[in-house]
Amino acid sequence: MQEVLNKKNVEKRILAPRESRDTIGRINVSNPRMICRDVNVYYGDKQAIRNVSIDIGCNEVLAMIGPSGCGKSTFLRCLNRMNDTIDNCRVTGEILFDDKDIYDSSIDVVPLRAQIGMVFQKPNPFPKTIYENVAWAPRIHGIIESKSDADEIVETSLQKAGLWGEVKDRLDQPGNGLSGGQQQRLCIARAIAVSPEVILMDEPCSALDPIATAKIEDLIEELRTQYTIAIVTHSMQQASRVSQRTAFFHLGDLIEVGATEAIFTKPSHQLTEDYITGRYG
Amino acid sequence: MNIGTRKILDRSFTAVGLTSILLMALALLVVVVPIVSGGIGAIFFKGTIEHRKLQLREFDNGNREVLDRQIAESEPYRQEVFRMLDAFAAELETFEPTRKREYSSKVSSVKDIVSHLLGPVPGEPEPILLRFQYGTTRWEKAEESLHDLMFVTKWDTSNPEEMGKQYFVPRVDEFAGTSLAALFPYIEENLEKMLLPEQTFYWGFLTERSLDAHIFGGVWAEIQGTLFLAIGAMLFAFPMGVIAAIYFTEYARENVFTSILRSANSTLAGVPSIVFGLFGLAFFINTIKVSDSKSVLAGSLTLAIMILPTIIRAAEEAILSVPKTYKEASIGLGSTKWRTIVTVILPAALPGIITGGIISLGRAAGETAPIIFTAAVSVGATIGLGDVLTSPTPALSWNIYNLASEHEAANEIRHVQYGMVLALISIVLLLNLSAILLRARISKKLKG
Repeated sequence: MQEVLNKKNVEKRILAPRESRDTIGRINVSNPRMICRDVNVYYGDKQAIRNVSIDIGCNEVLAMIGPSGCGKSTFLRCLNRMNDTIDNCRVTGEILFDDKDIYDSSIDVVPLRAQIGMVFQKPNPFPKTIYENVAWAPRIHGIIESKSDADEIVETSLQKAGLWGEVKDRLDQPGNGLSGGQQQRLCIARAIAVSPEVILMDEPCSALDPIATAKIEDLIEELRTQYTIAIVTHSMQQASRVSQRTAFFHLGDLIEVGATEAIFTKPSHQLTEDYITGRYG
Repeated sequence: MNIGTRKILDRSFTAVGLTSILLMALALLVVVVPIVSGGIGAIFFKGTIEHRKLQLREFDNGNREVLDRQIAESEPYRQEVFRMLDAFAAELETFEPTRKREYSSKVSSVKDIVSHLLGPVPGEPEPILLRFQYGTTRWEKAEESLHDLMFVTKWDTSNPEEMGKQYFVPRVDEFAGTSLAALFPYIEENLEKMLLPEQTFYWGFLTERSLDAHIFGGVWAEIQGTLFLAIGAMLFAFPMGVIAAIYFTEYARENVFTSILRSANSTLAGVPSIVFGLFGLAFFINTIKVSDSKSVLAGSLTLAIMILPTIIRAAEEAILSVPKTYKEASIGLGSTKWRTIVTVILPAALPGIITGGIISLGRAAGETAPIIFTAAVSVGATIGLGDVLTSPTPALSWNIYNLASEHEAANEIRHVQYGMVLALISIVLLLNLSAILLRARISKKLKG
């Protein structure tokens, strides 16, 4: 009985008329790599993200959690302007990277997306060989000049992604022939082949089995030393395992930000608590 | 719905589906079997010595020594026929005038048939048309002519209520009591020795030009014309179609203008092909004057306009079926839109685009109406690649119609008509087969 009541309360809260909700917790960090201020995202008339302000620190893993449709993926895709490809999407506010607003008209998105790489929910290697999958992006960005450059980049990227040992003898085979987990690590190798500074990960493990997930999580831990990582995840265990800071989104608002440990042990906002204790999701 | 009903429904659905597929296969068989058997007859048949003479003299094919020996072998029998005719001509002189007139008209039709069978009768003026310079080249035609020689066709019209009935009267009766009466059993007996039929494998049907308006020779001019027209159409339509498809799928925004363009494209796909033919004449030849009159160029352009909507559609479908994730991955790696299209989307869409292209190529090869006014001539020489801008060409689709309906000797050259249909069907099937193979190959390469 108590449970049902609780559930009703939760639903009431979720469905209640929305007013702008302020973010609880410290949004800024001491050494930020990206600074987002008052970011709003609209799909046509519909507002998907409301006044989100947050910093992403150097060499940290920032996890973004929240129920489906809360806008966490939308926000992540703002960070390297992937939303540009959606026709009626509009972004306002400031996202600073190297002290420049990435939405400034003078910014060229092509090098920007090389600096801020992205790994997607579903492993999406190109229908090319493993080698070509990794060498493709450096080649179009002019990083590769000779065959030996390419060989080197392919090897180091695959090594960093922890895939080299498994594929070094079959680099000329199609990338789609690998297992799901291997494909996702190939996608990570592909993203780091252009030496990005930030890697955005959009639920990278949601299509993978637990063993492959564990491998990717270990990899994220290693990559943190060299890259700044923002990861969207549905799994709260994953967020607590891999991230240093966690941001909780709800219906387009950034509800709470804080150190991962703090968020998961003593959340300040009622919604956060309800979510991480599994009352809704 | 209970499980019994569901099962019955499932089964009856399967049965209806299978029946319709079987009916289709049967219909296809009914159409294809006569075409194939008739068409093979153009290449594989019992050829007479006249066929071999023609091949040697006109195309320089065959063995002269063997032929000379065969001519020497057949000549005595032929000489006997001509001797009988001469003897009868002498006998004719002794007849009284009325009888002479009667017999001379009868003997002239005998002479006609004999010269049709064996070639020109010695002593007659040398014929100008090639068709009269040689006898019957195909044994089954020789047998038909033999029947004409042996029997006079008459019509029984005694009953005015009914259609006339055909009946045959032995021709030998007409000459009863004259010296020519011996000719008929002689020819019937010795026709094989005069014509020496042999199983012939005439590849030249596909690779040689036609002689005397397809009465002899092959259909290379038509095959080549068809290929020129189809490939020419492809050269225009394929790049334009793919670029248009890229525009529609990747660049066009959804607005009134693009939806008008889209519906225009769908409408074009449904326009009857004769309309394209008239448009080609009015626009390409009369208005912008790509050539003075019919030409391969004008025909190719017309065909290109006709197949363009299909290519755009196929390419559009192929591009849309490329997983969005490829595009996302490419954009996410900092690739430009153009590079994404060229290096990621197009390669992945290639099997579909090529399939659409080759099916359109097959359609362009088979269409008749668009080329009637713009490119096709009924009888023409094989043209060179340099002439495509200015010269019209014979083409299979048009000449099939022409030979079957407008040719003066349409009945004599059924084998050529069948052969052309078979050639056209084979070209289209080969194109489609290569599309399937190419598609399989590329998809295999992409998927691994």
